[in-house]
Amino acid sequence: MRLRDILGFALQALASHRSRTWLTLLAVGLGTAAVVLLSALGEGARAYVENEFANLGTHLLIVFPGRNETTGGPPPLLGETARDLTLDDALAMARARGVARLAPLTVGSATVSSGSLEREVNVIGATAEFLPVRRLDLAQGRFLPPGDPSRGRGVAVLGQTLAKELFGHRQAVGEWVRIGQRRFRVIGILASSGQSLGDTLDDLAIIPVASAQALFNSPGLFRILVEARDREALSGAEAAIKDIVRARHEGEDDVTVITQDSMLATFDKILEALTLAVAGIGAISLAVAGVLIMNVMLVSVAQRTAEVGLLKALGAAQGQVAALFLAEALLLAGVGTVAGLAFAWASVGVFNDAVTAFQLVVPTWAPLAAAGVSLTAGLVFGLAPALRAARLDPVVALSGR
Amino acid sequence: MIVLAGIERRFLVGDQVVAALRGIDLDLAAGEYVAVMGPSGSGKSTLLNILGLLDRPDAGTYALAGIETTTLSEERRAALRRDRIGFIFQSFHLIPRLTAAENVELPLTLAGVAPRERRERVAQTLDALGLTPRAHHRPDQLSGGQRQRVAIARATIMAPSLILADEPTGNLDRASGEEVIRALEGLNARGLTLILVTHDPQLGGRARRRIRMDDGAIAEDRCA
Repeated sequence: MRLRDILGFALQALASHRSRTWLTLLAVGLGTAAVVLLSALGEGARAYVENEFANLGTHLLIVFPGRNETTGGPPPLLGETARDLTLDDALAMARARGVARLAPLTVGSATVSSGSLEREVNVIGATAEFLPVRRLDLAQGRFLPPGDPSRGRGVAVLGQTLAKELFGHRQAVGEWVRIGQRRFRVIGILASSGQSLGDTLDDLAIIPVASAQALFNSPGLFRILVEARDREALSGAEAAIKDIVRARHEGEDDVTVITQDSMLATFDKILEALTLAVAGIGAISLAVAGVLIMNVMLVSVAQRTAEVGLLKALGAAQGQVAALFLAEALLLAGVGTVAGLAFAWASVGVFNDAVTAFQLVVPTWAPLAAAGVSLTAGLVFGLAPALRAARLDPVVALSGR
Repeated sequence: MIVLAGIERRFLVGDQVVAALRGIDLDLAAGEYVAVMGPSGSGKSTLLNILGLLDRPDAGTYALAGIETTTLSEERRAALRRDRIGFIFQSFHLIPRLTAAENVELPLTLAGVAPRERRERVAQTLDALGLTPRAHHRPDQLSGGQRQRVAIARATIMAPSLILADEPTGNLDRASGEEVIRALEGLNARGLTLILVTHDPQLGGRARRRIRMDDGAIAEDRCA
């Protein structure tokens, strides 16, 4: 029997019970679409995080005070600090090989007030380099002036939200604010940055690092952002920084240096696992669709017993009978898969057009895996009914008993 | 053409063994017109199933056109059925979703004949049975007589040498039955061996050779 004829016969059989066929196709299609859409969601999340990191700069090193054996994890906020990381340490690191520029940071919470309005916000002590290292933009005015970082000037740069809260629609640049007990002149306003890994940079004030150290009465730095010259210089810069710290801290290796890359790799791993997990859930729904195919085919064989008997009387061999029924199962799986893939692609297109902040990304393997699982399920679950049909005794089958 | 020797067929009914055929010996020449008659349960359908290679005897031998069939594989028996035997059933056994032409085409399709040749042979066969105007109707749009003639077209499209008809007029009115029988006798006149199972004595009386079965054995075998 010719392949075309087998497919034609199977198609006619499927077309003769429409609702059953449609429902099975729907199940297979939804399963396929689930695999593709769920993995596109996971992959989209991965791309999103990767993009966020790229915004931070791809060859960034972050130096924390304190030693922590785990790399790539969240910053060791509660780690034991053996020795403060000081501004002098930072200045020494700035001269290290492979380092393009760095931004020492202190962070604390303080009350910022203007007239009778006051607001409790995060205050970051930084230097002029913070702006390029962190890839920030200004909406108005200037950023912190370059110069000796150990001199604490009375100038401040405000985030969008903070400026709006304190000054409304009035011009903020040039006005004075009080932070803690000191007065600062507002010299610039940050451009709205949106969300960055969950942090907003809109509701804060940035002041010179020495002013912040005085404000919080602490000589230690919260962290140092180090930008390497390029990607290749990263490991050299990391080693150089550790050498400098060891030399300055009496041989103690008491800082933690993490690279953007290692953080990215960790997120990557987590999100990849997540993608596989959700794709796996989709695959389960496909397997369930396979069970449905089996059910439908068993019903079909039971209803068409006399037809099987006739086919045998007309000289169809067991293999032919099996092939006819298997073709039906595979057509259900195949057509359902194609429909599901088409639906998934259309949905991804519509979603990506409608939502610009987050894009779904269909990984190449997802449609292949979906089609593979679906066809395998069709084959595996179609085999038993097909063999049952092939093994029917023609006499019994023809009599319809 | 057909040589049966010592055919036995037993069925297990509950825990009892029932002998459906007992020591059947039968010789049929090519081109014969045979009616197999007898009451229900006399074994005539079982005999027909064995002649049609749908069933295997428990003992005895069956040679079809010189080929010993009882030892053949299922595959070979299917091929023999396809090439040499045409079946006509009381309930027609047409596939309801296929048109008359597609039903007639089915044996050719199963045999892997090329589509162009299939169309030609189907058209010829339908024409010979006066079914051309009904070619694209489905079975539920055909009368009983037309359905059985479609079944005859299907049984003959592979140019078999043996036609096995099990109560072919059982579901038909007298006029349609007459048409169907005339079509079958026409095939016999062209040299096909025709074996007709019936319990209608009038119908059986038209055959040149009449075999009467009783309790799984041949009770009477005579030629008119």
